[in-house]
Amino acid sequence: MIGLEDAGVRRGERWIFRHLGLDLAAGRCLAVLGPNGRGKTTLIRALAGLLPLAEGRRRAPAAIGYVSQSIGDTVPYRCLDVVVMGRARRIGLFGAPNRADYRAAEEALAQVDGLRFAERPFSRLSGGERQIVMLARALVTGADLLILDEPASALDLANQALLLKVIERLRRDGRHAILFSTHLPQHALCVADEALLMMGVEEHLQGPADAVMSEANLARLYGIPIHRTRVAGQVEAVVPVFLPAENGRHSPSPPRGEGRGEGDASRGYPETPRHLSSSP
Amino acid sequence: MTASSAPDAVSSPAAFLPGRPWLLAAMAVGLLAMMLVALCAGRLSIPPVTALRIVAAQLLPGGLEADWSSLQERIVLLVRLPRVLMAAACGAGLALCGAALQGVFRNPLVSPHILGVSSGASLGGAVAILLGLSGAALVGLSFVAGCAALLLVGLLARIDGRSGVVTVVLTGVVVSALFSALVSMAQFVADPDSSLPAIVFWLMGSFAASGWRQALLAVPVILAGLLAIWAMRFRINLLSLGEDDARMLGVRVERDRWLIFAAVALVEATVVAFSGVIGWVGLVVPHFARLLVGSDHRILIPASALMGGAYLLLIDTIARTATTAEIPLGVLTAIVGAPIFALLLRRRQKQEMGE
Repeated sequence: MIGLEDAGVRRGERWIFRHLGLDLAAGRCLAVLGPNGRGKTTLIRALAGLLPLAEGRRRAPAAIGYVSQSIGDTVPYRCLDVVVMGRARRIGLFGAPNRADYRAAEEALAQVDGLRFAERPFSRLSGGERQIVMLARALVTGADLLILDEPASALDLANQALLLKVIERLRRDGRHAILFSTHLPQHALCVADEALLMMGVEEHLQGPADAVMSEANLARLYGIPIHRTRVAGQVEAVVPVFLPAENGRHSPSPPRGEGRGEGDASRGYPETPRHLSSSP
Repeated sequence: MTASSAPDAVSSPAAFLPGRPWLLAAMAVGLLAMMLVALCAGRLSIPPVTALRIVAAQLLPGGLEADWSSLQERIVLLVRLPRVLMAAACGAGLALCGAALQGVFRNPLVSPHILGVSSGASLGGAVAILLGLSGAALVGLSFVAGCAALLLVGLLARIDGRSGVVTVVLTGVVVSALFSALVSMAQFVADPDSSLPAIVFWLMGSFAASGWRQALLAVPVILAGLLAIWAMRFRINLLSLGEDDARMLGVRVERDRWLIFAAVALVEATVVAFSGVIGWVGLVVPHFARLLVGSDHRILIPASALMGGAYLLLIDTIARTATTAEIPLGVLTAIVGAPIFALLLRRRQKQEMGE
């Protein structure tokens, strides 16, 4: 479905990544993991065809269902009208969506349990709700390849669960190849068949998610100790160790908003979305 | 989590076309009413029924019994009607272009002048007057210069075969500034007794010279541009999502954007060539329309056109009836438009703070 061969992207003199190859078939789901600034978004944009490769080859279908990380607050349209834009490829230069297009948009919204947003202005939704609507728009394109740039980065736990459920459902249907980047190894473990760990500019670990996301590999990737464990005998969990043991669970208030700390993890997204990052 | 009554609401026709379509009908009626008012008002005021009968007599093959004077007929048919059509077309054109560009640039402060077309057309007209040309030559030179300005913006903004929105805006500003300076230069070298006042008054905008010859030339061109942009109304929605999103949805962003720019240039250059620079319509009217019908260009585009036509007709009617001498249009649109715009901005700000 989509593949990269010995691909590299360069910004000025600096390589963001090099010698990267991947291949994803329909019905498979690939998670891209890496710390901030390692080039996850660059890779995603290159895969989507929004960034030209400096070297190597890209093979991809013409139509891609793409959900970007930065979804504007400036989109003033009704959600259903946002979703129906996914049908743009079927609508001519001088055309406008018809009833069938709206029907398809409704179906796509229903598929992600998002029908309740249909009539609401997109700009009034929360980040997570927008993500759901954008996923519906990606589906309604009819593309067999879905590329999602950190789809869970702004979602609360319930919405994370909803998003993962939708991704899992799509994966099981077997029609789509799904590729997403994430900060949360747990998500990759939940729904991804394969994982790509961006260890360095030229080093990428790739393979079955369960195998490649070993404690050692994850610890090396993020630079902190990470344990994998079974919770309640069945749920495989990834547990990062944010604070050393002697600091204790009952240390007085942990520093707030200092970036990598516990506060971020408990909110479920380690990285502040870019458009909010200016406020201290 | 599950949708309760949403599916029913979604299937209703009102939801199919966003916004409030019946408002469009109301606006169309408003435009027609304003046209009638403009036909009747003037130094010689004519009763609405008479004005209607005079126009109807021309349209109906059998004709109506003439119960009006030939002076009334000449005023309505030869003086006011072409001017009314011209003003309505120009107002519709400016407002619709403003709405389209505000969508494409994703910036509500953009007006049709941003592409440098009106500065270019101004220069063309000023040079024509300077050379002692008038009539078709003036209009032609102005139109060509307006289109040349867009071409220049397009060439300058194109880097590696691509042109970003910000680059286009900045290039438009640069080209506008350059052409405005050249217009000033033309005024500086113009004869202070003859060509200078001619340039100044032409630039301030007026429909006083609009007869049938002008109207028959300008109105079809403007309408063609309007139709082209209206046909791309959904494209404008797509473009307003931003470059990456639109591209991933299969939109050929660059091509579509320039198609819209070209149509805007066609309309804008025609308007300036025939009636001078009329500011503010393209900026204020789309905002007002957005308040009424929402941001979706499928309804905002026609709403802006209808409201723009009525608005400029109103302005033109005031311009030729308020005082014995005609007030320049560009002056009036600014005097009326600026306060309205300020009020709109305040209202919007209040709404946003209240949320």
